[in-house]
Amino acid sequence: MEPTETDGGIMEQPKNLEGYVGFANLPNQIYRKSVKRGFEFTLMVVGESGLGKSTLINSLFLTDLYSPEYPGPSHRVEKTVTVEQSKVLVKEGGVQLLLTIVDTPGFGDTIDNSNCWQPIIDYIDNKFEGYLNAESRVNRRLMPDSRVQCCLYFITPSGHGLKPLDVEFMKRLHEKVNIIPLIAKADTMTPEECQLFKKQIMRGIQEHKIRIYQFPETDDEEEMKMVKRIKDRLPLAVIGSNTIIEVNGKRVRGRQYPWGVADVENGEHCDFTILRNMLIRTHMQDLKDVTNNVHYENYRSRKLAAVTYNGVDNNKSKGQLTKSPLAQMEEERRDHVSKMKKMEQEMEQVFEMKVKEKLQKLRDSEAELQRRQEQMKKNLEAQHRELEDRRRQHEEEKERWEAQQRILDQQKLDNSRTLEKNKKKKIF
Amino acid sequence: MHKKTMEDYVPNVSKASGPGVDFSYVGIDAILEQMRRKAMKQGFELNIMVVGQSGLGKSTLMNTLFKSKVSRKSVQATAQEKIPKTIEIKSISHDIEEKGVRMKLTVIDTPGFGDQINNENCWRPIMKFINDQYEAYLQEEININRKKRIPDSRVHCCIYFIPPTGHCLRPLDVEFMRRLSKVVNIVPVIAKADTLTLEERDFFKKKIREELRANGIDVYPQKEFDEDAEDRMINEKIREMIPFAVVGSDQEYQVNGRRLLGRKTKWGTIEVENIAHCEFAYLRDLLIRTHMQNIKDITSSIHYEMYRVRRLNENNTVVAHANGMPEHHLESEEKFDSSCAASRF
Repeated sequence: MEPTETDGGIMEQPKNLEGYVGFANLPNQIYRKSVKRGFEFTLMVVGESGLGKSTLINSLFLTDLYSPEYPGPSHRVEKTVTVEQSKVLVKEGGVQLLLTIVDTPGFGDTIDNSNCWQPIIDYIDNKFEGYLNAESRVNRRLMPDSRVQCCLYFITPSGHGLKPLDVEFMKRLHEKVNIIPLIAKADTMTPEECQLFKKQIMRGIQEHKIRIYQFPETDDEEEMKMVKRIKDRLPLAVIGSNTIIEVNGKRVRGRQYPWGVADVENGEHCDFTILRNMLIRTHMQDLKDVTNNVHYENYRSRKLAAVTYNGVDNNKSKGQLTKSPLAQMEEERRDHVSKMKKMEQEMEQVFEMKVKEKLQKLRDSEAELQRRQEQMKKNLEAQHRELEDRRRQHEEEKERWEAQQRILDQQKLDNSRTLEKNKKKKIF
Repeated sequence: MHKKTMEDYVPNVSKASGPGVDFSYVGIDAILEQMRRKAMKQGFELNIMVVGQSGLGKSTLMNTLFKSKVSRKSVQATAQEKIPKTIEIKSISHDIEEKGVRMKLTVIDTPGFGDQINNENCWRPIMKFINDQYEAYLQEEININRKKRIPDSRVHCCIYFIPPTGHCLRPLDVEFMRRLSKVVNIVPVIAKADTLTLEERDFFKKKIREELRANGIDVYPQKEFDEDAEDRMINEKIREMIPFAVVGSDQEYQVNGRRLLGRKTKWGTIEVENIAHCEFAYLRDLLIRTHMQNIKDITSSIHYEMYRVRRLNENNTVVAHANGMPEHHLESEEKFDSSCAASRF
């Protein structure tokens, strides 16, 4: 075992243990915890009405999500595209799965189908936004994950390749969700027609540079073989059925025709088992991971950078979906940081401007106050002087009055003296 | 002992009274033989239009019906099937012969119908084409020096292919059939019927019939053109079976020691001519063996007449104002305008 060097410069040498430590039990702990917690999976089905979407869902999960009492959306005629979700809880072997099926009745059914994909795009973005908000909250304990993790797109078995509607839809949604294209009602075609049709579709997908869900590369030989087998048969041609028919004493799920029985679970008749194994048994976790790490991160960086993108993403440097998500994320982080710096600068500028304004205002008000103070002082002095004047006047008046009084008194005295004198005179 | 007479081609012929006693036999029924010989010499014309989304097996069905490569795809070798951006109308003519009877068959194909994202008014080019054919015939008819036999390019029958969704008619189907059932005989068929099990097929057919009735769409054979009780009986039986669930194939396979046309899948072989498998045989009988002349009659005596009446009325009012006397000869501009007005429902 070679010693490896990590970022910190510490030499890590995978050591051989000399006894049983016990951390090999970690997967079991995770397993037990997950089982207790349960799993969630959101699956979206898109396609024109009458392609067997409801039947396929029923067959995949062996439940009657759509039954005669609650008929599938195809039985109701829709004028506009609506997005409906139904939840079902399935349990198997102690593991429970909360399955959400998102159906899109009315897709491609009207005469004018321009923008029939818009409600679907809005729905997916909505779910991403909900998750983003839940993530940014303070209390993050219960975070329900309702993001769409996989989109099964049903292609009409015309035998002639992709229709313009198919191309438009996939081009707009391949950046937002894992698209798995399926050929619906595959019992329409003979094996040769099916091969030809598959080739035409794959060619169309490559021509229009549509990025459908890629299966991850693994080191395991067995898995690689299986993955290669799936890749050769893309897009998967499926038949759905929930009716059980007896064939040669065996009970199989299939469709009964006058010329034979098409067995749903027969690998030679259709690719249903491959789809089921891939979707549920082997790649469900990978679908969730790709949604979380790639599609959701794309959405998030776009949203947080607060730069408006129009419908078609022009930042094509994102590269392959699962090639090197880390390098991708580094780049996005760098972009993000530079954008943040720019924002910071802008904000500082704005801040300075505001400070200047405030200072100006303060100075103005100071000057104002100064002026008023002067004014009031002047007033005060004027009043003071007035008062002084009045007092002087008053004093003068008082003096005069007093002078007058004294004169009067003097006169009185004089008068009284003369009176006395007169009196005295009179007496003689 | 029954000789092949015109009775096989013209169904509504009253039989001669009993095995003719010689002295009361005039010989009027010998006219049938004369007509037959004349018809053999002249030959027949049949114009069929196929309408439907791409990939529904229209060309294959045409090849199967006439047991030869008559479709557009067989004649024009196209390397890659590209969906055209607008609807084109392509008509290919073939001369086929069987037991001395010659037929000029024209298959009119409409690639691009219903394939775009926005299919508004995709029926307009088709209606214009049909009206143009009527117009051409009308022009020939009102000529002063008429040709002895006017070449008939009018569309006798339009086969409309319904995709086998199994649920109900799509808005596009309803719109198209509503507009076109007024100008041409429409025969709706369920394409690629090997997708549906027998129960699904019955359910689908019932749904379609209900919707046709609800929308007032009268497909061939039309109820109002039934001439007498016998007609009505036959046509009622046919009307209960529309739309025919067909499967087309031009490849032969070995089944039970016989070579049959069919489709081979991993779970069985579908025989095209087997009534238990699909209703192709009924369609073929209707179109070719029993009702071909009836279709042509309805086209010429009812649909064409309606068009003619409309046109000549317009014509009279327009020209009477201008010249003060009835005239039949028109400028080409006016022709186009009027035919547009005629096609605008």
